[in-house]
Amino acid sequence: MRRRRYEAVVIAASTGGIEALRAVLRAVDPRIAAPVVIVQHTASENAQALCDVLAAGSAIPVVEAESRQPLVNGCAYLAPPGYHLLVEPGPRAALSMDEKVCHVRPSADVLFTSAADVWRGGLIGIVLTGANEDGAAGMAAIRSRRGLAVVQKPEEAEMREMPEATLRRAGADHVLSLQEIGPLLNRLLCR
Amino acid sequence: MHPSDLQDVEITLFREALRMRHGYDFSGYAPASFKRRVLALQAAVGAGSLTQLIERLLHEEGFVREVIARLSVPVSEMFRDPRVFGLLRSEVMPVLATWPVINVWQAGCAHGEEVYSLAIVLRECGLYDRAHIFATDFSDEALTRAEEGIYPLHDARTYSDNYLKAGGTGSLSDWFIARYQRIKLDESLRRRVTFANHNLVSDGVFGEMQLIVCRNVLIYFGDELQDRALRLFRDSLVHGGFLCLGSKESLAYTAVDQDFERLAPGSPIYRRVIRAP
Repeated sequence: MRRRRYEAVVIAASTGGIEALRAVLRAVDPRIAAPVVIVQHTASENAQALCDVLAAGSAIPVVEAESRQPLVNGCAYLAPPGYHLLVEPGPRAALSMDEKVCHVRPSADVLFTSAADVWRGGLIGIVLTGANEDGAAGMAAIRSRRGLAVVQKPEEAEMREMPEATLRRAGADHVLSLQEIGPLLNRLLCR
Repeated sequence: MHPSDLQDVEITLFREALRMRHGYDFSGYAPASFKRRVLALQAAVGAGSLTQLIERLLHEEGFVREVIARLSVPVSEMFRDPRVFGLLRSEVMPVLATWPVINVWQAGCAHGEEVYSLAIVLRECGLYDRAHIFATDFSDEALTRAEEGIYPLHDARTYSDNYLKAGGTGSLSDWFIARYQRIKLDESLRRRVTFANHNLVSDGVFGEMQLIVCRNVLIYFGDELQDRALRLFRDSLVHGGFLCLGSKESLAYTAVDQDFERLAPGSPIYRRVIRAP
């Protein structure tokens, strides 16, 4: 059997991201052999409500990432509002209250960069809708490790700045509509 | 070698240089967030590479003070997580009131935002004169800043909102004066505060405490170092004493889980219990 190349997914989403994330998660196969780690910028402090919204209609569970939590396949982890979420060898989650990056905390650049150190070429990065540049530098880190870059089509994103900034800074292997992202993950990550 | 892997090599050497040259041991820190901090330090001091940082650390007199300041606990807010400060006021203070002396230890006080928050709660609850607050950090730079109690004016609004959400009984502006785009906390709040250098990595137990506050410090520690700090807190607390952690920190799966019970479900405030053998 061919060795599976990819082993984890990280996703960045900002303005308009909740609907976009729901569309992606709805299409994900529950047998997906990877953890899915998500940064969604939000002003709300209620992470549980956000997890519930994302979990409704998702085939995989969505939980708020806790400090030191092991990241297991077939589960989605959401960065807690107000904290950076990082990945450590294990793989495990780690939290930080250090300064904002790209004016945001959690920052996708922080997540993507640390995840690229751990999963290297086995990482798939996805940047969805948003009105800032977070995720662009992180995606560059993923691509420098030969991971896979997936960006939502800017013209169909609710806010196109974040996908466009990522394409400018890092480029992408796939520029897709939301409906195509889940099926791509299933092809790459289901046995 | 990938540049990021090369940085990992340099960080290992940097950590050794800090330990061997200056006696600070960061080997127990969580690796990913420590790496970010070292890279932020490199950018802040304008070092061209991490190796240049090591060079300065070894040879430049006094540079270590700035290094430690930038590697220590990040800046906080006054009354950050108002819900937690609300619980301290409504649930913890009435119990503290039953003790003749009230020793409070804030471990990792950074620039002191939460030290003054605690002092205000104690004052407004009428407990301040019986209280003694020990505010510690391993950064001398941070301790100096904490002692000054001066913060940017533009943060005052957030602080005031937090204060009110946390059940403050007056107005936060009663406790500071604003001048030149800064606020300065009332010096009387410092009367019962002792600022002292203490490193959770290497130093020992700290007196007989009724309340220990250590928020958003343990998230930066690896398992072993976290357990070391928590044992230190346990052994520093009187029976029935309180431990207040950061909102995303818990005792689950730690070495001291059995020695504490949670004040309320989901809250990061715990009470030391002595269980029957």
